[in-house]
Amino acid sequence: MPKREDLKKIMVIGSGPIVIGQAAEFDYSGSQACKALREEGYEVVLVNSNPATIMTDPEMADSVYIEPLDAEMVAKIIERETPDALLPTLGGQTALNLAVRLTEMGVLEKYGVELIGAKFEAIKKAEDRDLFKESMRRIGLEVPKSDVASDISEAFAIADEIGYPVVVRPAFTLGGTGGGIAYNREELREVAKKGLKLSMINQVLIEEGVLGWKEFELEVMRDLADNVVIICSIENFDPMGVHTGDSITVAPAQTLTDDEYQYLRDAAIKIIREIGVETGGSNIQFAVHPENGRVVAIEMNPRVSRSSALASKATGFPIAKIAAKLAVGYTLDEIPNDITKETPASFEPTIDYVVVKIPRFAFDKFPTADWVLGSQMKSVGEVMAIGRTFEEALQKALRSLEIGRYGLGCDGKDKELTMEEIKEKLRFPNASRVYYIRYALQNGMSIEEIYDLTKIDPWFIEKIKNLVEFEEELKAWARCSIEEVPKEVIREAKRLGYSDRQLAHIFNTTEREVRMVRKGKGVGAVYKIVDTCAAEFEAKTPYYYSTYEDENEALRTERRKVMILGAGPNRIGQGIEFDYCCVHAVFSLKEDDYETIMVNCNPETVSTDYDTSDRLYFEPITHEDVMNIYENEQPEGVIVQFGGQTPLNIAKDLEMSGARILGTSVDSIDMAEDRERFSEMLNKLGIPQPENGIAYSLEEAKEIARKIGYPVLVRPSYVLGGRAMEIVYDEDTLERYINEALEVSPDKPILIDKFLEDAIEVEVDALCDGEEVIIGGIMEHIEEAGVHSGDSACVLPPVSLDDDTIQTIVEYTRKMALSLNVVGLINIQYAVKDDVVYVLEANPRASRTVPFVSKATGIPLAKIAAKLMTGRKLRDLGIKERLKLRHVAVKEAVFPFIKLSGVDPVLGPEMKSTGEVMGLDYDFGLAYYKAELAAGMKLPTEGTVFISVRERDKNEKTVKLAKKFIELGFKIIATEGTRNFLRKHGVEADLVLKVSQGRPNILDAIVNRQVDLIINTPSGKRGRTEGYMIRRAAVDYGVAHITTLAGAYAAVKAIEAIKNKSMTVKSIQEYHEENR
Amino acid sequence: MKAALALEDGTYVEGRAFGAEKDALGEIVFCTSMTGYVEALTDPSYKGQILMMTYPLIGNYGVTREDFESDGVKVEGFVVRELCKHPSNWRSEISVDELLREYNVPGIEGVDTRMLTRKIRIYGSMKAAIGVGDVEKEDLVKKAVEQPSISDIDLVDKVCVREAKRLDAGGDLEVVLVDCGVKMSIVRQLMKRGVNITLVPYDYPADKIMEMNPDGVFISNGPGDPVRVKPAIETIKRLVDKLPMAGICLGHQLTALALGAKTFKLKFGHHGSNQPVKDFETGRVFISSQNHNFAVDEKTLPKNIEVTQINLNDNTVEGLVHKDIPLITVQYHPEAGPGPHDTYFFFDRFVDMVKEYR
Repeated sequence: MPKREDLKKIMVIGSGPIVIGQAAEFDYSGSQACKALREEGYEVVLVNSNPATIMTDPEMADSVYIEPLDAEMVAKIIERETPDALLPTLGGQTALNLAVRLTEMGVLEKYGVELIGAKFEAIKKAEDRDLFKESMRRIGLEVPKSDVASDISEAFAIADEIGYPVVVRPAFTLGGTGGGIAYNREELREVAKKGLKLSMINQVLIEEGVLGWKEFELEVMRDLADNVVIICSIENFDPMGVHTGDSITVAPAQTLTDDEYQYLRDAAIKIIREIGVETGGSNIQFAVHPENGRVVAIEMNPRVSRSSALASKATGFPIAKIAAKLAVGYTLDEIPNDITKETPASFEPTIDYVVVKIPRFAFDKFPTADWVLGSQMKSVGEVMAIGRTFEEALQKALRSLEIGRYGLGCDGKDKELTMEEIKEKLRFPNASRVYYIRYALQNGMSIEEIYDLTKIDPWFIEKIKNLVEFEEELKAWARCSIEEVPKEVIREAKRLGYSDRQLAHIFNTTEREVRMVRKGKGVGAVYKIVDTCAAEFEAKTPYYYSTYEDENEALRTERRKVMILGAGPNRIGQGIEFDYCCVHAVFSLKEDDYETIMVNCNPETVSTDYDTSDRLYFEPITHEDVMNIYENEQPEGVIVQFGGQTPLNIAKDLEMSGARILGTSVDSIDMAEDRERFSEMLNKLGIPQPENGIAYSLEEAKEIARKIGYPVLVRPSYVLGGRAMEIVYDEDTLERYINEALEVSPDKPILIDKFLEDAIEVEVDALCDGEEVIIGGIMEHIEEAGVHSGDSACVLPPVSLDDDTIQTIVEYTRKMALSLNVVGLINIQYAVKDDVVYVLEANPRASRTVPFVSKATGIPLAKIAAKLMTGRKLRDLGIKERLKLRHVAVKEAVFPFIKLSGVDPVLGPEMKSTGEVMGLDYDFGLAYYKAELAAGMKLPTEGTVFISVRERDKNEKTVKLAKKFIELGFKIIATEGTRNFLRKHGVEADLVLKVSQGRPNILDAIVNRQVDLIINTPSGKRGRTEGYMIRRAAVDYGVAHITTLAGAYAAVKAIEAIKNKSMTVKSIQEYHEENR
Repeated sequence: MKAALALEDGTYVEGRAFGAEKDALGEIVFCTSMTGYVEALTDPSYKGQILMMTYPLIGNYGVTREDFESDGVKVEGFVVRELCKHPSNWRSEISVDELLREYNVPGIEGVDTRMLTRKIRIYGSMKAAIGVGDVEKEDLVKKAVEQPSISDIDLVDKVCVREAKRLDAGGDLEVVLVDCGVKMSIVRQLMKRGVNITLVPYDYPADKIMEMNPDGVFISNGPGDPVRVKPAIETIKRLVDKLPMAGICLGHQLTALALGAKTFKLKFGHHGSNQPVKDFETGRVFISSQNHNFAVDEKTLPKNIEVTQINLNDNTVEGLVHKDIPLITVQYHPEAGPGPHDTYFFFDRFVDMVKEYR
């Protein structure tokens, strides 16, 4: 069937901000869909609130709306655009849920918008637990015993019937939000209560815990002619009980016979037909009993999913792109396979390598979070690695994770553990379990024992045992120097995925030495192609992975080439923003006719799409792996500025190995990072910096603090990204903090800065070609200095800075960029206090805010920066500054608190957000309102505000704030201290009891929905304080809450604006046009 | 123990031996199925061939005799990137290494199978030799080169039944299955549909088949070049307008030859579980299991034969129907084993056809 001619304009919905369970994979799928639809001549309208995505680039769709993914907002866009169809299957659960809401609201019917990809009934059938179960019964498939509960007593009755443990799954949530495993009634009460609350339809499924069964996933595609193909099978290393997003997974399935695999294939086909997903991709999960092969269907996602992105990267089959084409009527046999060009997409990819995906967690950022993995997803990102053996893929994936490991142990970072410790970590699934399997084997535990504790298939344990045994063999050789080791042994080590670092550890030498000796023996990496067909057909797409075999397929071309290093796994502090920058670098250099070579290991990204760059290397971003590629490709240089900290960390080593770093020099980067060199430079330039010092002992720390005066900002010098940073107001706290949380010694000094209380933090992104500087954007932070810049909301252009201050900031930025001899991007953070502008830090690289600034101003900063790095000049490119805008753009951070119980949802110097959204309008209040809405906080326009502030905040600012709320018609309630304070200053507030004062108290008010907005500024104490309980309840019960006064002020402005004005609905293309 | 593999173009690679400690000669083919090595190893169609799997990890789930496609291993040799020493599956009885030892077939692992696959793709199927133990490169290459080509060997004779054998499914249809090296899955699919089968050797005379008064004839799959299987072609010629008939793979090729068409050798054949077949009648695409090096030349087909299905990868003939008489054939393997079950309906069509003409 050819494509549909009756459709002209199609709306695509994105997935919004990056959150746990919904990450960059939907930027990848959405971007592919937009490209595919436009290729077919359709007009595409895109809605997404996330500015850090490629899909929201003005070039990606005819009209791009960066607006909250809220049904009413999207309805307004539909009203304005009147698209013919809505494609909701490429924007994750968010888009699917929105489509359901829009259908139920009658919006789609009213404007004659057809749902394509998945119909309303199909979405219902797949997502509604009861309907799904009924469907499975109809086609003769087993499901875990289960029943749907709408309240707690029903949940108890069901669990009693099927027996514990049970899995609780709320209907219509993503990443298993609110789900959990309950081993007894008490746990069930807790998990079910939360699940009921979070479900869109207040339903949870109480399900037989098929814990320990083998878990498989199939990626299925279907077209309108009812052709169905399986793109990929995935086997979970961690068996049932751990969310698949948190599991190590492997493609293809390893331990199924053909007979068993075909049974799953048949079942998957039956399921997609029965559910009625007409076109596109679906992900179907099965559990298989390890001892009798009994199969149960677990769930199906009637849309492109995280696993689909993985399957696309694992096979080379572009699921999202094909799904978009199928949605407009094509059949699989009408679409060519991009990789071979000559064969059609109606086939099943077959692969000749092993793919391992490992999730990346952020428990280091949330030490109080429960580390046991279960049915609710907790990981924030993932890496994928490809190898010709499982061991090779596993070790490559482990060293891609950037957790400081270079493979499965044996890298100088192994722990000494007791058998009890090992057993605990085997029994309870956790982020490091794979390492503990190795420890267990080393300590003589048998495969059977490990299997009993973990239920991980013995096949996987055997592979790890193989590594343990080989490691012993290597250690036996370690008596000699590495030169004496036979080539075969080194080659075998590389074939099992050992990094040069691991070998260096074993042979007690350096990575450089190992590399030299290895190459001397003729053991070098070769590259093979990911081609969907196991070499049966010639591949036209250069998508490579390394291995240690005979033939190298990645032959160098004669073109000028530049290598771009990606950002590795998504984690807190380093998200999709950097992938955005890398992709822009690729686009930009392609324009200049460079051959672009992308290196990355994150399967969720656009950068690892095989048609983004000219050549894609799916490889770990380590010195060893990057140098191997560098030597194979011999590019003009390598760009390390766009991939965040990942490539920067290895820049120096790359340069030492002879790689040419393009753009800002490694020395300049060092100058900005080295506090002493940086201070020296600022002194020379006459730019003020908060007073600071370095302490090598507690006494010194106290002395410095006394000298510069409290409050001070204290942090260890050896940790990056605001980790373990603390604002300290007095000496007692300083002493306690240093003793409890820090190590201070001559080789581990701590840094002490004057903390500029109540200062306004300002952030600038600028471009420099070494001669000239262009300011990309100046952002004013909403939250005061002290909140990590990545967690603070910000507004562009600034709203409260006067022209002189802005002039000073511009001048300082130019001076510093030129002085650092920046070629490319620089991000500088300032604090403004009492009209003095202080520099907090400068980062001569792409920052997290580059996409936000680019979307707000229409200036493609990353693209320009890439051109500068290859020697072009700002002047020649004709770039103009755009400091004043007609509109206002607000960026807001999005946090994972809801997924991580036990974590205090407060802001501080350590970054905690996983993603961001953008609000655009002509007024700060409206833009801020939109940003909050997009971030999931709908500010109330009436009702009750609960205010509870710490002692320091009991000042006129709080009084003014409270008065403003009264003016806006809100009622205020407060606990004793705040209430007395407010009353004293003439603000009427009703009393509500503290939790410790009896009942009904504030928690009851939150649970009973008697509070519409919570303003609670934290006292700074850790642990389960009163404030913690209130904030946690706000998160758990979905009540709007604010933890800083600055944030509260912004909220008041937003509420005032939304009560008096109406929101603008406009595409970013229109906003940009107005400022040209 | 060391092992080496040589191809007729002079390619020589070294690896580790497994299975039987002996040398092997044959035509090397690559198979792209990621599962189903037990079925492939025991598929009589691979007689005379050295089988190389493109998926690098083979033997993961061990061996279950229930999955055999014949009475034992039929390949001449087995080439893999990595052989699993410790299989894991609840049905597993022995390892692949043990299986090959039991059936006296050698294997080699640790070689760059993708490189070898690419060579075969570019140069076409090649004669090959596996040598075990201390091997001289020149000797092994010479052995590879000097062996007869697969089109010069009669292979069917080595894998078919010796005398007629009846298998009762308890049904009321009687079908003669001409065994050119039949896969058990074909037998199972027919019997599942209540078809009683009489297996006869490929050279069983047509009159003796007629004497059995069957309701239909089924020509099986099998190894080698179809033009060498003259007795079967003769039999088909004599029976084709007398009884409803179906053929699979070699059976399909033999039927085409009997009707006057020609066959040709593909560059490197189709061996895998992911081949797209387009069915013109329904407009649907089915994913099929395939294992053949020869194909029917569409241009040489007589007018009364219609092509019902083609392979979408290279547009070669996948299915035929006779316009006047009850005859259907397919090039691929609807019986799966290994591979997808999308085309089981071929057996339904056959049964319906037989019933219609009874």
